[in-house]
Amino acid sequence: MLIGLMLLLLCQLLGEWVVLALGLPVPGPVLGMVLLLVGLVIKRRVPDLIRLPSEGLLRHLALLFVPAGVGLMVHAELIAAEWLIIMIALVVSTVVTILVTALVLKRLTRKLDLGATEERR
Amino acid sequence: MSSFWVYFAARPLFWIIVTIATFLFSSWLNRRVGGTPLLHPVLVALSLIIVFLQLTGTDYDTYFSGAQFIHFLLGPATVALAVPLYDHFERVKKMLLPLLIACLCGAVTASASVILVAWALGASEGTLLSLAPKSVTSPIAIGIAEKIGGYPSLAAGLVLITGAIGCLTAPSLFRLLKIEDDAVKGFALGLSSHGFGTAYAFEFSTLAGAFAGLAMGMTGLLTAFLVPVLVRMLGLG
Repeated sequence: MLIGLMLLLLCQLLGEWVVLALGLPVPGPVLGMVLLLVGLVIKRRVPDLIRLPSEGLLRHLALLFVPAGVGLMVHAELIAAEWLIIMIALVVSTVVTILVTALVLKRLTRKLDLGATEERR
Repeated sequence: MSSFWVYFAARPLFWIIVTIATFLFSSWLNRRVGGTPLLHPVLVALSLIIVFLQLTGTDYDTYFSGAQFIHFLLGPATVALAVPLYDHFERVKKMLLPLLIACLCGAVTASASVILVAWALGASEGTLLSLAPKSVTSPIAIGIAEKIGGYPSLAAGLVLITGAIGCLTAPSLFRLLKIEDDAVKGFALGLSSHGFGTAYAFEFSTLAGAFAGLAMGMTGLLTAFLVPVLVRMLGLG
């Protein structure tokens, strides 16, 4: 568990270093995710010591957004002035985005017929 | 008594516990009302905490000095997304080209549509530039907003609201489009609603969650390159 947590942090650190060294516009953790994925592909399985802390973190992913979200209070004035515009723009754009993405992907994968293995929790 | 309060409020530990306790309560409340995304635990929790901070006259910096330890876990959690992704790697490999095309279409739509709608309705420039990265996971959105001249903390909040809207509208949109494949559902959720959508997709299945995580990563990468170009094309920033 502890080793796995350290490995996750290590991937993040490596990601941050690469971003810093190459001046990439991408955040370090995303690159860290790519690094860990490459490692797992090479190893061809997920060791339990990585799976346990990972699934622990992902199970409570929603909690981790709360501190950043409370930051909305800093912009109370701006939001009070433009909340209607912001809400309309967000709702329209989000609905259109979901429609476009889902339709494109559905259209493109229909031909492949991939015998989907649906795995229910 | 008041100095006692100041002492405790300044301790990081206090704000960590407030955050977790409020979130636990919000999760319990959400289950009680049947799990509607309208009362999503994150939205309820952050509203309650904002009210609490205002009642006690606490500023955001003080709160964040404690809550940053929870915020910090977003980093390793993002890295951890590699695990469900690997579990479904075989399917991802077969679908790589369709996924790339869908991601490009979705990411362009997400940024361009929100800028155009808000601009048509007369939003101020700071708002426009903070809206642009709205479909991207918070840490990336903060970086993008900073880069193009929006408000990073506003961008982070708008990202969350977008996430909630995505979770709220997605189920009926999927029904409308007759989408049954959990991979497609997850991908659309992760692309439009980042980590929020990913957390929600995990409630469908681990397959949906994995594709949502993948979409979130791909969209983040792509948008980081795309938005600065788009903003320049529209003559903003």
